[in-house]
Amino acid sequence: MPSLPEMNENSSVTSIDYAPSIHESPVRYFLRAFWRHRSAAIGSVIIILFILLAVFAPVITPYQYDQRSSALLASPSASHWFGTDDMGRDIFTRVIYGARISLQVGFFAIAGSIVIGSFLGLIAGYYGRWRDTIISRIFDILLAFPSILLAIAIVAILGPGLNNAMIAVAVINIPAFGRLMRSRVLSVKEEDFILAARAMGMKNSRILWKHILPNYWSPILVQGTLGFATAVIEAAALGFLGLGAQPPQPEWGTMLSDSREFIQLAPWTMIFPGLAIVCTVLGFNLLGDGLRDLFDPRMKE
Amino acid sequence: MALMSVRNLKKTFPIRGGIFGKKIGEIKAVDDVSFTVEKGETLGLVGESGCGKSTTGRTILRLYEPTAGEVEFEGKSILQYSPEEMRKARREMQMVFQDPFASLNPRQRIGKILEEPLIVHGLGGAKERKEQVEELLKVVGLDKFHMNRYPHQFSGGQRQRIGIARALSTKPKLIVADEPVSALDVSIQSQVLNLMMDLQEQFELTYIFIAHDLSVVKHISTRVGVMYLGRMVELAGRDELYRNPLHPYTQALMSAVPIPDPDAGKERIILSGDVPSPANPPLGCAFHPRCPYAMDVCKEVRPEMKDAGGGHQVACHLLDQ
Repeated sequence: MPSLPEMNENSSVTSIDYAPSIHESPVRYFLRAFWRHRSAAIGSVIIILFILLAVFAPVITPYQYDQRSSALLASPSASHWFGTDDMGRDIFTRVIYGARISLQVGFFAIAGSIVIGSFLGLIAGYYGRWRDTIISRIFDILLAFPSILLAIAIVAILGPGLNNAMIAVAVINIPAFGRLMRSRVLSVKEEDFILAARAMGMKNSRILWKHILPNYWSPILVQGTLGFATAVIEAAALGFLGLGAQPPQPEWGTMLSDSREFIQLAPWTMIFPGLAIVCTVLGFNLLGDGLRDLFDPRMKE
Repeated sequence: MALMSVRNLKKTFPIRGGIFGKKIGEIKAVDDVSFTVEKGETLGLVGESGCGKSTTGRTILRLYEPTAGEVEFEGKSILQYSPEEMRKARREMQMVFQDPFASLNPRQRIGKILEEPLIVHGLGGAKERKEQVEELLKVVGLDKFHMNRYPHQFSGGQRQRIGIARALSTKPKLIVADEPVSALDVSIQSQVLNLMMDLQEQFELTYIFIAHDLSVVKHISTRVGVMYLGRMVELAGRDELYRNPLHPYTQALMSAVPIPDPDAGKERIILSGDVPSPANPPLGCAFHPRCPYAMDVCKEVRPEMKDAGGGHQVACHLLDQ
């Protein structure tokens, strides 16, 4: 039998929770929904883990990434967790340092294509007419090439290397963001509040940056997160082809390519960099899918 | 001098088709409309959906570029203004929109929405602007603390008050209200209408009030223009128009207004047929295919606006009989 004071306490607490989101800022509301969404949460945990590994690589790893030892192609053991490669370098160390490179490439390439793509998309969508025609045809041309082929061509012109691979990945992703932005602008520019902004006497530039862009960063963020995953794969592919990171840089794709010959002799040289790629890509895809669900207006309430 | 005078205003929208997107026709949304608005009055524009009343409202503010015609504001032709001059001139002529849900940026707080017109026109420093926003909120019956809320946290009526406050913020002379109450519940409609009338008195505003609800227009207007298929068919003082409608279309519209008395014997004029397409309006009078009094001349000659006495203007051949 519960005591009387306890019951009183209960009855006062059971006041109805009047729609808590009413006074909550949209950001706080979003964060709450974010952590309730399983794949968004898992994805972001994976990504945060990789970011931490990349940032604290020198602290975590027992060796230098280009430090050789006498143990060539040694299998995983207590001293070399992921084994060693054909030059006796510690694979665990190289995979961790590889996260630095892959995340960097992904980040800068996607940031670059978001900035350039969204800018072009905004111009094409808002001003229309000949600007739209020119920009849209450029996007069409870029999309007409298989993306990896275009990346190879760009790197072939610029010369192999990590920075040029980054540029190539950025360029091939521009049309995706550009088209997305253009279609969004086309739909939002007919909205009443944009007309209201014009009726108020705002300049086009102010309408673009303060009214159109803030309303449409969410699909860009989703596409950016998903694009990050493909950028990591594309950078690894370029590395695998010898066009991206150059030895002894510990890039995952380069590591895979270097260990081709030893796949039967020492499978760990291939498995761990491969797993690293898979996990990173999975993380970004999960997060991207989660964000897409969360930003979908039909998911609200 | 009239605050705004509109002469022979035309606005057509191209219809594009075919593989090259060539122009294959045009919608005559506003077809040769003329009227003047005197300072301090409320000009009501009524007509059914698609008759071009909203387009008229938007075209006279150059939110759509007019195809032809002349719009003068305080004696100056605003159609000659460069984009930058026009932008500055917008301070004097503001707009209230129909849909209070779509016309406020969902990502801006109310304070910001109301402050922005002041920023755009360089009115006052940060502190004065904030004071003015508080004042505006008070004027439209909202509270200071509403400044930090987002549009989705308000009801339709409250949002429309915010839309009105925004239009007031630059202290304009003319406000074009495009169906400002048609999205609201009837009980809220009268609140907003009365607010608009109070504000008109307080700030010496001039309204162009666009609506399809005849009783709403009767409540707020001093003069009323009736539009049909992009044309102005009748324009008269409010009481004159409601008491003595001369155009057959206006008569039919008036007969459709319900009277709150079950015993009131009233002849309802039922129009047959549909509104013709504005892409291919009938020759002569646009109303002749549906007009119960149509004559031969109506099918060929487009009637001009004529004064039927006391400033009551009608475009109808019946007047010449």
